[in-house]
Amino acid sequence: MNDEVLYRKRFDIQGRDFSNAGNVSSQVKAVLKEIGIEAYVIRRTAIAAYEGEMNIVMYADKGELEFLIDREKIQLIFTDQGPGIEDINLAMQPGYSTAPPEMQEMGFGAGMGLPNIIKNADKFEIQSEVGKGTTLHVIIYHSKHPE
Amino acid sequence: MGTIVLKEIVDNLGLEVKTCAEKLETTKVSGGYVSDLMSDVIANSKEGDLWVTIQAHQNIVAIATLRELSGVIIANGKQPESETLEHATQENVPILLSNLTSFEVVGRLYQMGLRSS
Repeated sequence: MNDEVLYRKRFDIQGRDFSNAGNVSSQVKAVLKEIGIEAYVIRRTAIAAYEGEMNIVMYADKGELEFLIDREKIQLIFTDQGPGIEDINLAMQPGYSTAPPEMQEMGFGAGMGLPNIIKNADKFEIQSEVGKGTTLHVIIYHSKHPE
Repeated sequence: MGTIVLKEIVDNLGLEVKTCAEKLETTKVSGGYVSDLMSDVIANSKEGDLWVTIQAHQNIVAIATLRELSGVIIANGKQPESETLEHATQENVPILLSNLTSFEVVGRLYQMGLRSS
């Protein structure tokens, strides 16, 4: 029963489109606010959503976010057609980034994206294939964090 | 720590107001954060913080909106892109400019009683 999906939405995310970057995360946040999810959970989800969205904007040609809510959890599933990640363990290390200098000058690519997602997720899975793309699956429980 | 109204900060630091002039009197600032790294701000700033940065591109608006920050001070005389201002107006994010360095801006905010929230 707890797995029954109560809300589902799919968002397209355009790679390299910095002008719209953040819009998808804002929409995710707005939905959570509207249904009255606790502030603490909204904050964690917004951070994970932003970082996942920015990873696609920075590195991939395009991607999508599938956003699901059921009675106990929020799921963010990011899938992209991007370069893939050669060494996932390295990519998960705080401070490691392959972002080009012009993105770093904008304050992106500080090597905090995946660590921020992991820190705010209750469950996190990453799959990546070089030359094909990356999938991130983030689960955040909402019923366990009354605030 | 008490809150400070944004208008007081604008007057005290002589900030140039680029967006949301109409809401300076009603915007409460509960704390401050300074950083030029997007991931740092999204992870560590708090709701109601005034953000001091030298980044002027439009993604600062997305961060300010997502984190419900009280405004952004762009320091060091950096000029925001026109898209940044358009986006900030749409999203109701006050964008304020200062010719002072981030260090000076933060020092003055601290002197006014503002702290990390």
